[in-house]
Order: sequence, then C-alpha cells, then structure tokens
Amino acid sequence: MALDSLLLYCRYATISFRSQMQYRASLFMRTLAHFMVTGGEFLGFVALFQRFGQINGWTLPQMGLFYGIISMSFALSEGILRGFDIFPGLIKTGEFDRILLRPRSAAFQVLGQDFQLMRFGRFSQALLILIWSAHRLDLVWTFGNLALVMIAVAGGVCLFSGLFVFQATLCFWTTESLELVNCATYGGVESAQFPVSIYRPWFRAIFTFVIPLATINYFPIHALLDLTDPLGSTRWIQWCSPLAGVAFLLVSLRFWRFGVKRYSSTGS
Amino acid sequence: MRPYLSILVSRFQTLLQYRAAAIAGIGTQLFFGLVRVMIFDGFFRSSTAPQPLTPDQITTYIWLGQALLLLGMLDVDKDVAGMIRTGGVAFEMTRPLDLYNLWFVRAVSGRAAPLAMRCIPIFVIAGLFLGLQAPASAAAASLFVLSLAGGLLLAASMVALMTISLLWTISGDGIYRLAAPVIFFFSGIVIPLPMLPDWCQPLIAVLPFRGLLDTPFRIYMGALSGSDAVAALLHQILWVTALMLLGRAILARGVRRLVVQGG
Repeated sequence: MALDSLLLYCRYATISFRSQMQYRASLFMRTLAHFMVTGGEFLGFVALFQRFGQINGWTLPQMGLFYGIISMSFALSEGILRGFDIFPGLIKTGEFDRILLRPRSAAFQVLGQDFQLMRFGRFSQALLILIWSAHRLDLVWTFGNLALVMIAVAGGVCLFSGLFVFQATLCFWTTESLELVNCATYGGVESAQFPVSIYRPWFRAIFTFVIPLATINYFPIHALLDLTDPLGSTRWIQWCSPLAGVAFLLVSLRFWRFGVKRYSSTGS
Repeated sequence: MRPYLSILVSRFQTLLQYRAAAIAGIGTQLFFGLVRVMIFDGFFRSSTAPQPLTPDQITTYIWLGQALLLLGMLDVDKDVAGMIRTGGVAFEMTRPLDLYNLWFVRAVSGRAAPLAMRCIPIFVIAGLFLGLQAPASAAAASLFVLSLAGGLLLAASMVALMTISLLWTISGDGIYRLAAPVIFFFSGIVIPLPMLPDWCQPLIAVLPFRGLLDTPFRIYMGALSGSDAVAALLHQILWVTALMLLGRAILARGVRRLVVQGG
C-alpha cells in the first residue's frame, strides 16, 4: 500500500512536471525572476552589512547561514505543497467533493495536485548563499555538519508545510483563503533570515514557541558554528530542535483531519 | 477626455469592492513593516558609524514603503493580459478610443484603488503607534502629494509597457517577469535607496525607478526640498513622458503585427 502510494505520488509529480515543461521559456523566466527577487533582497542585506558591519555581533556570512537554511526550507515546502496553496479553489468549485470519493486520503490527493518547479529559483539562490557563507566562515563539511544542515532544512520543510496545511484547513470554515496566515509563512521566512535574538522578546517568543522557526536555524547554527547561545540552549537542544518542525506538521495534519471530518460542501 | 475619465472612475469603483483582500494586505504589511523596523533597530544598536539616514527617518521610510507598497510592486493588468491571450483584445481595438490611453488609464485606476484602500489605515496605525513621523513641513506635505501623483503616473506607464510586452508572447509570460524584480529593488522597497552603496547612487539617481517611492519619501521627510524637490519632480515627469512615448511606439508596432486567432 505504501509503495503503491509512492508510485502514484511519483506519477502525479511527473504529470505536473511534464505540463510545466511544455512552457519551457515561461518556466525559465519565472524561475529566473524568482531567483532575482530573493537575490535582490539578499543584496540589500549585503549593502546594510557594508554600512553597519554587523548586527548584534553577527556578521554577513553568519547571517547567510540563517538565510540559506530558512530560505531553502521555504522554497522546497512551497514547491512541494503547492496543492495546499491552491486548495481554496478546490473548495470553491466543489472539486474537493470528488477527491473525497476516491480511495486515497484527502491530504495525499491535495498534495499531488500540483508542484511548482519555479520555486527552484529561490532554492538555488539560497543554496548558493549557504555555500558561499560556509566557505567564508571556513566551515568544514564534515559528516556531522552536513547532517545538521540537512536535519535543519528537513525540519524547516516540515514546519512550513505544517503552516501551509494549517492555512488550507482554515478554508473548511472560511472558504476564502486566509491571507493573514501569510504573516507566518512569508513573514516567517522574512524574520528568520536573521537570528531571532535580534528581535524584541515578545516577537522572539512567538517564533520560538508558537511558530517554532528559531528551532530551524537559530539553535542548529549555534551547534554548527560551535557558539554559546546567549539564550541558554544546550548542544543537545540545538541538534534536536528541528524536530519541533515535525511536531508542528503532525499537529497541523491532525487539525486537517478534523477539518475534513466537519467539511460540508459549498454546493457549487 | 470624458470616456477615459469615466473608465477611470468605474474601474476605481469596481476595484474598491475587494475589501477583504485589502484588509489582509494591511495586516501583512503591518507585520512586514514591524519586522523591518526591528531589523534596522538591531543594525543601529550594533554600530555607531554615521549613516545616510537617521533611525527615525528609516522607520518613517519603511512605513511609507509599506503603506504605498503597490507603487513599487508592479504587475501587468490581469484583465488585459487575459484579453491578449483569449483574443478579446480584438474587441478592445474596435473601441473608438486610443488603445494606449485606454490601457494607461486602466493601469492608473488599477494601482490607485487598492493603494487608496491600503495606505490610509497603515498611515493611521503606523503614525499613531509605530513611529511613522509627520511630514517635515506643510510644504513638504503638499509636495509629497504631488510627487505621489507623479509616482502613480510613472507606475502606470511601467505597467502599460509591461502589459504591451505581452503582445509578443502567448503564454502570458514574458520579459516583464524579469522587469518586475528590478523595478521592485530600485524603487526603494527592499532597502531604502540612500542606504545602498555610495558608488551606485549616481546610477540610482538617473534610473526612473526612484520616482516611484524613493522620491516621494525623501520629499516627505524633508531630505529633498526647494530646488532639489523640483528637480526630483521634473525627473518623474521626464520619465513618465519618455515611458509613455516608448509604450505608444511599441504598442503601434505590436498592433501592426498582431494576429488574433479565430475561435
């Protein structure tokens, strides 16, 4: 059953990729534009570091690690969970009713609706920044370091995916997409480009305990760079903290199942 | 003039209906503004080096940017893009109106309506609670309004150009996708333009994009006043004229080679 689902998932993905490849020039342009938007933002930060030197003791390459990890997670999650992003449309048209009739879980089918290749623009840009930063910091890519970055990114993908699922689930009640959740997704990636320690305590608390973005890059990077955390986390916490993203996703999926249960069609 | 005016007004009224989107936009913008202000706060606490703008000025610049974001974040006119793809543009060409003026006016109202709905609440909230300062003087305030109008026309001329470029593509994508990030960056939204490196300031001063947001903001803060402000306004007008002429010329070529598929 699991293998069967995996095959089906691959099939969904191939179909989506093939359809996007039909408009090759368009895809290339979108991807490049995405690369430019996110890259432009980073260039802005470069200019700021040139003027100010550092922020709370953090240098540009250090900030680049924060940026790379969070941005890569976000890009992956955005590309893979595109189906949940277009989910309000499924509710509005009544298409979701058809999904409920098929012998696969609703979440699985919504996931398979679409994939966005253009998000590779942000991903590649973030990866470049990460590699450049590591190089500037003389960070050696030992097995441990590589594993830590991958754990962090994986946790980040789970966390953002959880947010997308959460946002989609709200549509069971509101029908319309609740754009305000963008504060947590787009706003989250924007905020977590910098170490949470630079923000005011209340804001830091939100992004540590409510939407645990700090667990994706702030804590792991302390282990990565062998630094002592002024907020007092131990190495053990720093390694395991990305698991908070997984927990967040699991809670979101719970919420999703609850939403599916009480869903009543719009009737259109 | 009359028909264009009524198109302007009716489009404006239609777009004012999208209030839910505006409220969501306001919430998001306030959040982003807050993050930006805190980041700059962090930078200013970390360094004593003299900067082109004071912390208060940066805060004001950021909030103005959030309030007027739509002047820097340009996109094609979605309706016209749809018409170009479906061939409906043929009907558009049969109207007894000048096509460029029609699209330009649509672009003006397409920017102005959502802008009007979003900017006032953000102005009020940021002004009362979040450190947006009042204009430097009464003269600065009135010049600010003038330059805002200039910025709006400039934005519309760029939107029109981007929309016209679609006549050359089928998928509804095109070169405009690459123009948008450049415009966004050089309008001053990403980073206040005075904070960019000194070596690129002469380039920024020539490019049209600062007229969208940076010019109005500097006038608001009193950083540009007197003859400098007048020169900045002229810079806007010059570029609006140039871009309108360019758009007109390109549209004429596009229409000449346009083939509408029957269907």
